[in-house]
Amino acid sequence: MIILVFTVILGAVAAILSGIALRRGRATFMEGFRDAKKQFIFLLPRLIIGILGSGFLAHLMPREAVLAWFGPNSGFTGTALATLAGALTPGGPVVGYALGSAALKAGADFSQVIAYVTAWSLLTINRMISWEFPLMPPRLVAIRILVSLPFPFLAAWVTMGMR
Amino acid sequence: MTSDGSLPRRVLAVLKKIDWGFAIVATLSLGSASYVLWKEGWAVAQPILAEDFHLLVSILPKVALGCLIGALIRLLISRATIEKYIGEGSGLAGLALAALIGMLFPAGPFTIFPLAVVLMASGADRGAAIAFISGWLLLGINRAIIWEMPFFGPDFVLFRFVISAPMPMLLGLLARLPLFDRLMPPASKGEDKA
Repeated sequence: MIILVFTVILGAVAAILSGIALRRGRATFMEGFRDAKKQFIFLLPRLIIGILGSGFLAHLMPREAVLAWFGPNSGFTGTALATLAGALTPGGPVVGYALGSAALKAGADFSQVIAYVTAWSLLTINRMISWEFPLMPPRLVAIRILVSLPFPFLAAWVTMGMR
Repeated sequence: MTSDGSLPRRVLAVLKKIDWGFAIVATLSLGSASYVLWKEGWAVAQPILAEDFHLLVSILPKVALGCLIGALIRLLISRATIEKYIGEGSGLAGLALAALIGMLFPAGPFTIFPLAVVLMASGADRGAAIAFISGWLLLGINRAIIWEMPFFGPDFVLFRFVISAPMPMLLGLLARLPLFDRLMPPASKGEDKA
């Protein structure tokens, strides 16, 4: 239900922005539309593959291992493993969420999944190699990585404290 | 696809073009689907496929809308405007603004990282640049609505947002520590009030 509400909100935002673009001229809107189409076509196979994998990987995910490694009693080691797993998970828009939600269903502790998603967002090695190091000064990337390292742990710790 | 070992240069060019993250995911994904189908049969695979299909159908319109919104915002709000707002990037307010714009600006990595570099060239310090990137990474609202919510549901996303909200600013503050000056000296303007 809430998800439907968000779709409607997105639709409204898209309509308003389209209106603004159209007032600047049809060519402006078409430029945006073409850009959007290009991105959609880029994302579509990634989306299909990601979703396909999410269902089957969740089915195959060994419950006992998930419980032992990331379960409610996994503690600091569990957070460290979740952080490592997040860093090793390839980037792209779906994979981390798909694996994280699968782990949650398989019995992983909420705080460890939060740590995993935080680590995947901040520290995925795949994104560093394919985007950050080529596009930014390596020293800036290095500082970003260094300051980000404690944050998956902080996220897990705050989560435990709040629940 | 074709087995063509005679032209190593062309092979290398093809190898460079491959999106390796996607290739790994595709292998894992198709591999696990084939494995389930082969080991456990259609009766087990069918409901999983049905659920995946359901999820796909519910995400697709949002992805399409998200792409359109992203493209239009990038078109309507010029990079110059964003540079003007984060460019000065000093103090705590600079960090907060950088994080906020990172959170709201619906762009992909091919826009965000070069933009961070441009911001630094136009006067933002490394803290503001890192707050901007982290705001996009941790709190990107486009991504959260389109991708995260269908998998985790709104409660999870909301909770994660609440605890992550201060993080981009904290990351920016940490990045401003004089400790990192040796790694990356502050620009001539240099404002280190952190």
